[in-house]
Parts: sequence; C-alpha cells; structure tokens
Amino acid sequence: MAHTVTSPVYVVQDNIDTDQIIPAQYLTLVPTIAEEYEKLGSYALIGLPDDQYPEKFVPSESTKTTYKIVIAGRNFGCGSSREHAPIAMGAAGVEAVIADSFARIFFRNCVATGELYPYDANERLCEVLKTGDVATLDFDNDTLTAHGKTYSLKPLGEVRPVIDAGGIFNYARQSGMISSV
Amino acid sequence: MTLTEKVLARASGKSHVNPGDNVWVNVDTLMTHDVCGPGTIGVFKREFGQTAKVWDRNRLVIIPDHYIFTADSMSNRNVDILREFAKEQQLPYFYDVIDDPEGHWKFDAGQGQLKKQYGSRYTGVCHTTLPWKGHTRPGEILFGTDSHTCMAGAFNQFATGIGNTDAGFILGTGKLLIKVPESMRFFLEGKLPAGVMAKDVILHVIGEIGFDGATYRAMQWEGPGVHSMSMDDRMTIANMAIEAGGKNGIFPCDDKTIDYVRERVAENGTKSDFDPVELDAAQSFIYDQRFDLSKLEPTVSCHPDPGNRKRAKELEHITLDRAYIGSCTGGKTSDFLAFAEVVKGKTVKIDTFGVPATTKVVQELKDTVWDGQTVWQILENSGVRLTENASCAACLGGPVDTFGRLNTPMKCISATNRNFPGRMGNKESQVFLASPYTVAASALNGHITDPREFIS
Repeated sequence: MAHTVTSPVYVVQDNIDTDQIIPAQYLTLVPTIAEEYEKLGSYALIGLPDDQYPEKFVPSESTKTTYKIVIAGRNFGCGSSREHAPIAMGAAGVEAVIADSFARIFFRNCVATGELYPYDANERLCEVLKTGDVATLDFDNDTLTAHGKTYSLKPLGEVRPVIDAGGIFNYARQSGMISSV
Repeated sequence: MTLTEKVLARASGKSHVNPGDNVWVNVDTLMTHDVCGPGTIGVFKREFGQTAKVWDRNRLVIIPDHYIFTADSMSNRNVDILREFAKEQQLPYFYDVIDDPEGHWKFDAGQGQLKKQYGSRYTGVCHTTLPWKGHTRPGEILFGTDSHTCMAGAFNQFATGIGNTDAGFILGTGKLLIKVPESMRFFLEGKLPAGVMAKDVILHVIGEIGFDGATYRAMQWEGPGVHSMSMDDRMTIANMAIEAGGKNGIFPCDDKTIDYVRERVAENGTKSDFDPVELDAAQSFIYDQRFDLSKLEPTVSCHPDPGNRKRAKELEHITLDRAYIGSCTGGKTSDFLAFAEVVKGKTVKIDTFGVPATTKVVQELKDTVWDGQTVWQILENSGVRLTENASCAACLGGPVDTFGRLNTPMKCISATNRNFPGRMGNKESQVFLASPYTVAASALNGHITDPREFIS
C-alpha cells in the first residue's frame, strides 16, 4: 500500500451514526455482489443533514468521492452493526477516518473488512480543519499534515497489519491461522 | 469476575479473564436476518468455498424481519437468498415468511399493509423471536448481525452485535476473537412508581452516562430493583445498551429467568440444558452507581441522540405529527398492553402506528379481552393503525413503502430505541424516544405528555 495519502478532507462533527453513513433504505444492496458493492459507494454519507453538510460527499451520478480522508468528532459510526457502513465509505474510495473516537462495532467492521483505517486523533481535528482542506496522512509516522502543520495521531497498533492485508480473512491466511480455500 | 467475564472465561476455556484480554470464544448461537444475512452468506462462501457447510446447523438461527412487507424487489430477493441457503444447509431454525421452501417471496401491496401476508413459520423481529422460540439460555454466547442483539443479555448471557465479516467467520469456524470489556454496574433499588416503565429506566441511565458512556463496556444490572422486573422489562433495558455505545448488557439469573427459559425451550424442543453464571462476591467495575427506581419519572430522549434526556413533563410544549409503537424494544405484548391501558375508550389526536414485534404478539393482543373487547379492538377503536404484519417496520426507516415510515419532515414520538437523524426515514424528521405509556398519552394529546395524568 501507499504509505501516504494526500487528499482534500471531508469534515463531520460528533455522533455520525450508521444511518447517516448509509441510510437503511440502501441496505437492500448486498456488499458481496460486486456491482452492488460499487453502488453502495454512491450512497456513502448521503444521510448527513443537508443544512449542516451542504457539500455533497459523493457527486451525483458517481460512485466515488474526491475526499479520501474523513475527519470526524466523537463516537463516529455509532448505531447499527451494518457492515455496509465502512463498506460504503471504502467503496467510495475513502482510505481513512480520523475521529476523536469511534463506536465499537464500526471500528471492528473497519478492521474485519479491511475497508478503512480508523485513526483516533489526539486533538479535536474536526474543529481545526474544514471540508476541502488538503491534507497528507502518513501511515508510517501516524501523522496528518495540513496547512503546513503536522498533527500526531494515535498509532493503529495491532489492527494495522490486519487492514493492510485486506481484512481478517486475508490476514488469517497470510499468517497461517486458517488454511486457504 | 463480573458476569460478562465469567461467561467469556467459560466460553474460551479459561479459568479467569481480565478486561482487555483478547480471547477466542466458542459461539453457542449465531443469528442473522434479511439485511445482513445475504452479505454474511456471501462472505462465508467467498472465504470457505461454494460447497462449504456451516459449523453447526443447529446453532444458526435465521430470522427475516427487517424489510419484509415492502414491494421493493431487492428486499424480496434478499429473503429468497436466505431461503436458498437454509435449504442448501438444511437449517432447522429458519423462520421463513412463506411456507413453500421452493417458493419466492413477493409482497402484494394491493392487499394493503394491515392484513397478514405470511405463512405459518414466520415470527417477526429477531430479538423478540430468539427468546420466544427457545434460543436464549443463561450462561451462553450469542452473536447476531444486528446491534440490538444485546437484548438477550436479559437472559444472563453474553450477547452482542457484529458485522457480516465476523459473522461469516463464525459460520465457518464457530469461533470469534473478542476483547473482554470492562464492566459497569447499575444497581437498581426500589420499585418503579405508577406510570414509569423499564424504558424510562434505560433512557434515564443513558442520559446519565451519555450516548457513548458505555463504549467498549459491559453494562451489568443488579439489585432488588432488577429482580422485581419482568423478563420483558429486562429485555427493554438490555436492548438499549448499544445506545450508550455498550458492547453488551447483562442481568443476573433468577427464578423468573429460569422459568421463562425452561418453558420456551420445552415448547420448542430446543437445547434444554444450560448453566447460568452467578454473581461473585469479588467483582471489579470501572463504574458503579445505585439508582432508586422510586425516584424516576417518565423520561424522553429528544432528537438527535438517545442521550439527550428530558423529563416528559418538561416537554409538553412540543407538538407532534405522529406516534409509533413497535420494534424489539417497544413492540412486545406488555408494551401494547401498557399503551392500551392509556388509550382505552379514548381517541388519538395524531397519526398513530402500531407494529407488533412478533406474530405471537399479534395473537396475544387478539386473545386478551378487557371488558368484552379484545385489546386489538381497543387499540383500533382508539384510532391506532395496527398491522398484523409483525416486523421491524419503520423503527429503522427502510424502503419508502414501509408501514409507518416518516417520509416527510415531521416530529414523531416513538417506543423504539434510536433517534439519530434519519433513523425512521426522512433525515429532517425529529424522533423522540419514550415508554409505551408516554407515547400513548402523547398520541391522545398531540403533544409530548407525562402519562401519569392518564394512569390511576
């Protein structure tokens, strides 16, 4: 994988729940069916209230976002256990979410699927950065740099190699924990 | 050890575990449904092969319940994917919508939303079905592809929600690697006053600790107040652990638990032996708080999150467009009886939708007679739009033709469990969570109402 990613960031606040990440009406799409996986990308973060988030995360008629990094406040991904949430973001092209904190199941689903890197921030970046700011995420040094300033992030630790491998199954096979099909 | 630590130690074959330990646990039961089942099956086949068999067909329970009574063709297809898998794997516990194992499910919108359109095996909401059909047992481990799986903690078991990938892993191996959570203790004393319900207890507690106050943690309920509660009440409380970010909620086992479980495993012929976890004298908690039930009042969680707590009497100025009773949390028979107690002989002022959690709840409401009328009739006569099609329905919005869905911006008071923006459909809507009593009283007045004025 690339050790850095540079992209405009998309900034959201506290308590972005799974209904805002992927509203329930789109859960009829089955993520393991390739074309439905792609389609999930087009609905990523479509449930955000328009008045607070006037910038569309994914342009109409597209399945990909220009924002590869999402910056969030507390409790990102709370609510449902739907794996469609990290998958929709991953399918849209998001590489990492940097949040004050994550809800448990969302964090686990990021790791299990290998779709996204869920980084904990050391300071409240959602109040420092704004949507459209260009930032560079350095996976080796666990930092985010924007406007010439570098912010340290909490290292991903033991979950990083799992996400690098593309999720728990790939990781378990690579490390010999389970056999190949 | 705490109750959660004891269940996890036993399931991982260890004499002792500590919070933070990562342990491989043997799974007693895995539950999935129509929204996450097809993806879970997809992961299982991709990873273990097209002809792979599940680890134990008697431990997998598949309950279509989310998007059933909708003309949305993708939703109907997803139920067919479950049926195909159940047939291929010869699963004994698949609660299909239709009786024909070779058939296809298609909802007929022409018949309307109120009259039942299901066969003899269909049950309704998964979390309410699991105990009814004898799949919850003290001391066991239950995983489900749904965040409200934590409801089964009422039965002295470790139960939590997981994603499709983890569920696919369990399908192939019967195991999962999990972290032992720290435990928080909520010690309940006293008795609930008239007009106050178990729902008020959990809404109060979430308000106390915040919407993420239990993140990564177990919520353990103890005390005389717990033993005075029915199993339905305990389910309501355990169900909403996730609304405070909790990994699970768990209750001690008492005679009520054992009687409830024994009756249902016998009725359904499911596994009858179980071994509860008892309270240790030495337990270590990261949070330990006493609550006096007799001091609680009717409580409401206001838009936009379940931790936004107010007393119902402070909110009488909020006018409403809709009232809703249903879901795993608020659609049990006891919930509808409480609702009916308030609306009996009166008429609701706003659109009011009622969706029983299970087909058994439908039957019980039709079989219960008060003063010569069934509870079903009492509810209908008060103006409630009541459907026989038990399901999750509008609790989580769903396809646009879902019964009771908020399709325009409106204010709704609901006996359900979650109120983040867009949860029940339209993302500009506002949802207020409350007990069945409070929802009923508010439906009668058209604004948020403390129900005690209607309760003798």
